Amino acid sequence: MISQNNRKVVEKDDVVIKFVGDSGDGMQLIGSMFSETIALAGEDLSTFPDFPAEIRAPRNTIAGVSGFQVHFGFKKVLSPGDLCDVLVAFNPASLKSNLKNVKRGATIIVDENSFDEKIMEVIGYTSNPLFDGSLSEYNVIHAPITTLARETLKPLGVDNKTAEKTKNMFVLGMLFNMFNLPIAATEEYLKKRFAKKPHLIELNMLVIRNGFEFANTIEAIPSIVVPKTQLKPGKYRNIHGNDATAWGLMAAAEKSGLQLFLGSYPITPATEILMELAKHRELGVKTFQAEDEIAGITSAIGASFSGSLACTTTSGPGLSLKSEAMGLAVITELPLVIVNVQRGGPSTGLPTKSEQADLLQVLYGRNSEAPMIVIAASSPADCFYTAYETAKYSLEHMTPAVCLTDGYIGFGSEVMEIPKMSEMPEIKPRIAKARNDSEGKFLPYSRDPETLAREWAVPGTEGLRHRVGGLEKSDVYGEVSTDPFNHEKMMNLRHEKVQRIANKLPLQEFIGSADADMLVVSWGGTKGQVQGAVEEANQQGLRLAHAHFRYINPLPTNTKELLSSFKKILVCELNMGQFVAYLRINFPEIPYLQYNKYQGQPFTVVELVDKFNQILKG
Amino acid sequence: MGVIRNSIEKSAVQLTKEDFVSDQMVKWCPGCGNHSILNSVAKVFPEIGYKKENYVIISGIGCSSRFPYYMNTYGFHGIHGRAHSIASGVKIANPSLSVWITTGDGDSMAIGGNHFIHLIRRNIDVNVMLFNNQIYGLTKGQYSPTSPLGAKTKTSPYGTIEHPFSVGELVIGAQGTFFARVIDNNQAMMTEVMFEAAKHDGTSIVEILQNCVIFNDKVHEQISAKDVRDDMQLHLKNGERMIFGKEKNKGIHLNGYKLEVVTLGENGITEEDILVHDANDVDPGIHLMLAKLEYPVAVGVIRAASFPTYDDLMEEQIRTVKESSPIKCMDDLLNSGDTWEIK
Ligand code: SF4
Repeated sequence: MISQNNRKVVEKDDVVIKFVGDSGDGMQLIGSMFSETIALAGEDLSTFPDFPAEIRAPRNTIAGVSGFQVHFGFKKVLSPGDLCDVLVAFNPASLKSNLKNVKRGATIIVDENSFDEKIMEVIGYTSNPLFDGSLSEYNVIHAPITTLARETLKPLGVDNKTAEKTKNMFVLGMLFNMFNLPIAATEEYLKKRFAKKPHLIELNMLVIRNGFEFANTIEAIPSIVVPKTQLKPGKYRNIHGNDATAWGLMAAAEKSGLQLFLGSYPITPATEILMELAKHRELGVKTFQAEDEIAGITSAIGASFSGSLACTTTSGPGLSLKSEAMGLAVITELPLVIVNVQRGGPSTGLPTKSEQADLLQVLYGRNSEAPMIVIAASSPADCFYTAYETAKYSLEHMTPAVCLTDGYIGFGSEVMEIPKMSEMPEIKPRIAKARNDSEGKFLPYSRDPETLAREWAVPGTEGLRHRVGGLEKSDVYGEVSTDPFNHEKMMNLRHEKVQRIANKLPLQEFIGSADADMLVVSWGGTKGQVQGAVEEANQQGLRLAHAHFRYINPLPTNTKELLSSFKKILVCELNMGQFVAYLRINFPEIPYLQYNKYQGQPFTVVELVDKFNQILKG
Repeated sequence: MGVIRNSIEKSAVQLTKEDFVSDQMVKWCPGCGNHSILNSVAKVFPEIGYKKENYVIISGIGCSSRFPYYMNTYGFHGIHGRAHSIASGVKIANPSLSVWITTGDGDSMAIGGNHFIHLIRRNIDVNVMLFNNQIYGLTKGQYSPTSPLGAKTKTSPYGTIEHPFSVGELVIGAQGTFFARVIDNNQAMMTEVMFEAAKHDGTSIVEILQNCVIFNDKVHEQISAKDVRDDMQLHLKNGERMIFGKEKNKGIHLNGYKLEVVTLGENGITEEDILVHDANDVDPGIHLMLAKLEYPVAVGVIRAASFPTYDDLMEEQIRTVKESSPIKCMDDLLNSGDTWEIK
């Protein structure tokens, strides 16, 4: 099909587009603006920013390349996608480092002004890739974008430096044309962003319009049509994983009628949760930026003791520092939500790269046996529900709980149907009622016979004065005790209390047929890619089922039964095999296969499908 | 002892010491200075007058940190060094509690040093009783950050080669708004000073020179013994001249940038030459010199300056942001910003 001006019209179910350039060149900005527009146009989408650890890495180097990937389409978009249909590269380094992620035949838009000979030489191009034929498999559109942006603003007397900064807006205009998107939504976005510098709104809009017009003149730019989304009717928004976590905690506080307290120390990639919660004093959120990780968690333990929904947020290395205090929360049997946004390790490791690095740490990384709830979020929007649920079970069962997310879903975004607070599950904290001193001594470690949870006796309440602490407590009375049998009893009680939560959890589900040749198992932030890969492989003729785990400790009650009902089980995870090790501990009689990747990068659908084929076809 | 004005709810009835005595057996060594501290606290809590359920005592690890078990209040026996951060959370979360920390020189000056200085810097309205016996008692006699250079202990058999912290100097360096020093054998002064600490809005640090009979006996003897104490201690009283000595004839005079001990009637010295104590002075200059003074040793309230507290600022911020924000509940927030409908 050919459009009026001879441009090819392409229909696609979904599109992956990636913006790459120097980290100072506004890739995150153009990526966010593009995705906001896409979302408002009613597409389902998922995004992922990919940036270097340095704030301003050296310009025009591979190490300094920053990226932002957007995956959108009319059916449920499961992940930010792996290979690009469109790559926008603002400099040679970003083209060089991203070409491996581009589909054959994809459209590549480059700013030819940036292809300076010296720069190309430094990053290892011996000839100009735009002209030496090395990109012949792609639809390359190279335009002097910087010059065009500069020319647009020249008549207004804008200086060159300012004008050049709008080159990403020029490209944005081209893309709006390419995807037949309205420009109006972006104007709203700019109005918000530049509320204090209104003259910039006009400049940017002018450049966007010029980019839009420019695209009309280039025949090589396809006109891509993505049918409108088939999301079910409802009200939607785009949300980042870390913001969703923050909002989930706030929602749990509101639902339970408690004040939210966060004690936290900044650490990549968890800091956004602290920043987001710090904004919400209007809803009574108290954020305490502590002097270190230990103060982050211990202040939260104090806030929990005095009756708040208390949380601490961190990433792997920070969690290591919190270990002793996590044990304190276990033995004092206080509610506490610990959010761990995982990153690659060990030690400082890969701060901006994601890995499912800390599963064993959250399960076992404390002195003695100190069991706690562990729930893992499976996507950016699911961070909201996971944080909410973690808080709910922690409050209702009087035990600390870990909400496990990772940098990939924390930084990523996706479309979320806006939940209604009235439809969120009830949360009933076990707050002990005031009593008369004449009613006898309050027994802080007496328990609910069903859940084994003790009561939460909040300071300031009459008749409940008591002491808690890190020394072993006597059952019922909560006094310091070194009695050997009491200790054994308390160890069992703490374990059993967490295990009994399984009775409240939904059963583990799986997608696919019960007599599939293999069950693919995943957990946490890899859901999108693994589900996408299973669907793809099944289309290619394999017979796979997929079980994705959110509840890690306790595991759903039917886990063993489910796993034993399949011939083969393949556990896929982004580490050296932590979940599979955990399953082996719990259900040693089941044979497991495992597929592990630890490159600080998500799975790709392609590599997963290859692995499935390799196992089943030999 | 005056009146305490703050938002913590007072008891309708006059409480007594018995209301605060716990049923737990006190397990400190006989003769330990801690017993007298416990007695003073049990006496001063009814004087302060809050409802008994509004007191919370929080500790870390060490002999001093067993304190919460021996008082019938809400209590939290934490982990080593973390009493300050636990207490910060308790107070920020619920400012209408009266929060007390019992800690030692190991707990606060070593493992919890970071939390100690940041608690003080933030001026969170909690009261710290720091038992300074210059030794680790619970682990049986190792030197601490306040042990003097050369002190021979189990981990410094040839004498320490570390310079000690001075608690007061550290407190003032960390922007402390309240610092007092007392000695465990003077219960009257202890109760008086603890009352002042409760009255102070902000972090109050009371250094208690405490005797560990087992591992560091008589460490404060040169200043605390009956026969020398009047000559060795300068009991500070706000608004009064810094006069001390058995004969009440010695005083502190500011000579250039230094404090010096002078004798009234000698070299033409009159009362007019003696400094008047101003604990409320915002400038900590003289307070720092008093805290460091080795002869005489300053006791009583050295500094009590008025600065906004963290907890008040937090409540104030919440109030003002609430007033101006259109977002009143989670549904408002979830539906704010860019949203769209699919029909
Ligand atoms: S060891 Fe020392 S400080 Fe500890 S209880 Fe005994 S005398 Fe007191």
